[in-house]
Amino acid sequence: MDMTVAKKKLGLKEKYKLLTRDLGWEPTYHNKDEVFPYVKYEGIKVHDWEKWEDPFRLTMDAYWKYQAEKERKFYAIIDAHAQNNGHLNITDARYLSALKIFLQAISPGEYCAGKGFARMGREFPGVGTQVACQMQAIDEIRHAQTQIHALSNYNKFYNGFHAFADARDRMWYCTLPRSFFDDAMSAGPFEFMIAIGFSFEYVLTNLLFVPFMSGAAYNGDMATVTFGFSAQSDEARHMTLGLECIKFMLEQDPDNLPIVQNWIDKWFWRGFRLLGVVGTMMDYMLPKRVMSWREAFEIYGIENGGALFKDLARYGIRPPKGWDDAGKALDHMTHQFMLALYQYQFGTAFHSWIPSEEDMAWLSKKYPTTFDKYYRPRWEHIKKLKEAGTPYANMGLAKLCQTCQIPTVFTEPDDPTTLCHREVEYKGETYHFCSDGCQHIFEKEPEKYIQGWLPLAAIFQAPLNGDLGAWMEWVSLADGKDNGDFAGSEDQRNFEAWRNQATSNQ
Amino acid sequence: MAVTSTKPYVGVPRDRVENFNGKQIVYVGWDQHMLFSTPFMIVVEPGMKLGDMLQNAVRPLMQPDPDAPAVDFGKVEWLKGKQPWTPNFEASLADNGIRHKQQLTFRTPGLNTLGAAGR
Repeated sequence: MDMTVAKKKLGLKEKYKLLTRDLGWEPTYHNKDEVFPYVKYEGIKVHDWEKWEDPFRLTMDAYWKYQAEKERKFYAIIDAHAQNNGHLNITDARYLSALKIFLQAISPGEYCAGKGFARMGREFPGVGTQVACQMQAIDEIRHAQTQIHALSNYNKFYNGFHAFADARDRMWYCTLPRSFFDDAMSAGPFEFMIAIGFSFEYVLTNLLFVPFMSGAAYNGDMATVTFGFSAQSDEARHMTLGLECIKFMLEQDPDNLPIVQNWIDKWFWRGFRLLGVVGTMMDYMLPKRVMSWREAFEIYGIENGGALFKDLARYGIRPPKGWDDAGKALDHMTHQFMLALYQYQFGTAFHSWIPSEEDMAWLSKKYPTTFDKYYRPRWEHIKKLKEAGTPYANMGLAKLCQTCQIPTVFTEPDDPTTLCHREVEYKGETYHFCSDGCQHIFEKEPEKYIQGWLPLAAIFQAPLNGDLGAWMEWVSLADGKDNGDFAGSEDQRNFEAWRNQATSNQ
Repeated sequence: MAVTSTKPYVGVPRDRVENFNGKQIVYVGWDQHMLFSTPFMIVVEPGMKLGDMLQNAVRPLMQPDPDAPAVDFGKVEWLKGKQPWTPNFEASLADNGIRHKQQLTFRTPGLNTLGAAGR
């Protein structure tokens, strides 16, 4: 008897088709616009969704297999790190501040990206797009989860890790990344793809991950290096999706160009502001530094970004509007940021400190045209105030930018001795900005940004009504433990004591 | 278009003056004095005398800067928003026309100990 033998294995392309085709049915009792109601209002014209190719064609079964393997390795290392007191292998407890900022400000962003991509997987009509977005959604949630797990070990020993979720929602410095992701998540699907898929994942992600993960390696933090590696292998897929999306929009219709350009301008600037925090960690918070923020931006921003925009020029795309202002800010922004973090350190759930002589020598070498001229005199004065027993704290609270929501600490692009003062009148109210970039973003969509929840103004509204003690409780900040100068902190004392126990007979 | 939306959309500002329990925000900046990262955010009643706000709320915040004792508010140059302005220290904030979230900036030409290296 002849038996029909089933073909043993499906090819990758075939399998992908079979595993995804059911998502692409033609609706019969609703029209397509009702099924996908958010895909047209941004003004992007699409003529043929079939043109969106998912170059990875990853199927769910393969995806599970890869990710499960990575998880096994990741958790094995995390366990070993915990069991061997890996936290005592870091260079110095100052390094923990970088981790605290990462956990409070960046990991929740991964989770937001997960939420956003889950939505995009539903809102885009193309099957290739839907599948790619769904997988990225799972990736992003996995990243948030592995980061939180990796850092939870530090929470057993050190302050400032215990309430990262409250910090993310309520802390004044966390509204920088929070407003970035809220802005993206409340945008339409195409703008979201430019914001996260392109600007964040493609143009800026190297600036976040490479220096940060090398920083972790340089400073003996195996846990963070491991989640970095585990996440990095997903990033290639994410970057491709972002680039694919932008090319798809530009190829579909010439009318899409000005809309896309506007989003590139906006999200480059928002991303640049967000990365200012990362730059500050690189320049000031790593006891053993990898490279300066300026050097990192030269490689990953100017060289790589420059090449990308050259490539996109054939579609009519020009470099982002804030490109030149960003270049002018490079030698100033991290110093301006760190001085701000230091003077408001009573309200931060991490420690900051006055840079040591050695740190300052490094900073002058890396920023030869600016550090000694503008920033060293301020640090020297702050040091003098501390030695005199009157440590510097700025109790005046800060003016915040209505768009990026950080204190308006930045100076005029061409005058580093004058703070940038930008204000706009809209429907009888005054709004302030840190830069032309942020002002332009506001002016394009004022009805969106007037709703911004500015965390310092919120202290003086109900329910806190100006009570700073109540504010600390509300943001879960343990006064005297989580905040303040690193010198003399519990983290500093404990780390030294435990490390001595581990390395000597004392 | 004031916002990209699927239907007409009007936002509600979160920082309107009526949310501040009878007070208002005033920002006060000291030009070129970069020890202070941003202008000070002061939250006070609009009926407060301008001179009182400067003496009681602003002056204490200026102390960390070595130039602070030399500042005479009556002799400095003032900007309201971005315009040169002559304040009336005896009048209230409201009578001085200082609106919610308005920025006042004062300039002290020639007085800049910490910024001297930067010029």
